[in-house]
Amino acid sequence: MIENLLDPTILFFLIGLFAGIVRAELRLPESIYEILSIYLLLAIGLKGGVQLSTTDLGVIIVPASGAILIGLIIPLIAYPILRRLGKFSKADAAAIAAHYGSVSAVTYAVVLIFLDKRGVRYEDYTTVLLVLLEIPAIAVGIFIARLRASKVAPSYSRLLSEVFFGRSIYLLLAGLLVGFVLGPQGIDSVRIVFFDLFKGVLAIFLLEMGLVASHRLNELRRVGAFLFFFGIGMPILSGALGTIVGWGVGLSVGGTTVLATLAGSASYIAAPAAMRIAVPDANPTLYLTASLGITFPFNLVVGIPIYYWMATTIH
Amino acid sequence: MNKVKLVTIITESVLESRLAEDLGRLGARGYTLIDARGSGSRGMRSADWDQNQNIQIEVICNENVASAILDHCQKEYYSNFAMVVYITDVKVLRPEKF
Repeated sequence: MIENLLDPTILFFLIGLFAGIVRAELRLPESIYEILSIYLLLAIGLKGGVQLSTTDLGVIIVPASGAILIGLIIPLIAYPILRRLGKFSKADAAAIAAHYGSVSAVTYAVVLIFLDKRGVRYEDYTTVLLVLLEIPAIAVGIFIARLRASKVAPSYSRLLSEVFFGRSIYLLLAGLLVGFVLGPQGIDSVRIVFFDLFKGVLAIFLLEMGLVASHRLNELRRVGAFLFFFGIGMPILSGALGTIVGWGVGLSVGGTTVLATLAGSASYIAAPAAMRIAVPDANPTLYLTASLGITFPFNLVVGIPIYYWMATTIH
Repeated sequence: MNKVKLVTIITESVLESRLAEDLGRLGARGYTLIDARGSGSRGMRSADWDQNQNIQIEVICNENVASAILDHCQKEYYSNFAMVVYITDVKVLRPEKF
């Protein structure tokens, strides 16, 4: 655990978090979040695409189906918990459930750094799992909200374009495609920018994310204690599910850790944008605070070592 | 100088493309959009990341279009989105432009 903390990316995150909590005069320029997240999504996609270009695509089918299965199941587990135990409205429960089924690309980047540092190998196609896990849960969340009588009917064409051509999915897929088509040699000219600088940029981004997360923490009093425990309990539950599925579809220890982390992470880019349009009567403060204020910091600091431990134990 | 109305909408940036469409449909001939931040009944909207941004849209139009925009916003968005709309009197040259 302590060893996990001693990494520049994690330390920068904690510094940002702390700055927000003590209200330090630290405010990064507004556009930095946008610029860095575009860079990170492209870089993650590109790296995955390059790895994919040298992989036998046939081996992906079984793990990919496992990932989609996880994306479909998690919201169905989360929804009744939020309804029965959390007493949330149908719209709120459906929206939060969608966030926990979907994934966080930054958490994914951090787990890869965690594994690289320990010299643990993982499958080359994990980026595909990231992309695959992002969409189904959002669809299930919207479906639940619709089914359970949400009054507001959204425009479906707008919704589809938001889910499939939303910024995060589009950039990930774009990077994946470019990397896949060009292969390891083809992307040599941009290697410095997208590969060598990646960790440094991620560290700056996490400083900003720490600040953003700390602002969400201020909302904790408004969302209640249940959501706090849900924000920690749900990722552990989903992480365990991810571990079992990862092991079941034959992933290595590293690959299982990645899948467990993906399952345990909650979205804060794609899902909020889609939910705001599809389920506008759900309160954004609830899902953003849970996903960004509680689960995201939890996963970076404590969750990833736990998922790694789960993966090594089950193997 | 001719008297017309200035409609100002302050709301979540997620509504940008939808509002732009709505405005055209309701008869507005153009609009100006500004990134904004602030605080209100829905908490601090500090624009520090993309789910937390506000926009301010200004439309100069005649009185009929102005009240159509106001009605539409109230019906469509007031219940679920952070939104403030107000109308002021302004004077312009070239009234046919608006």
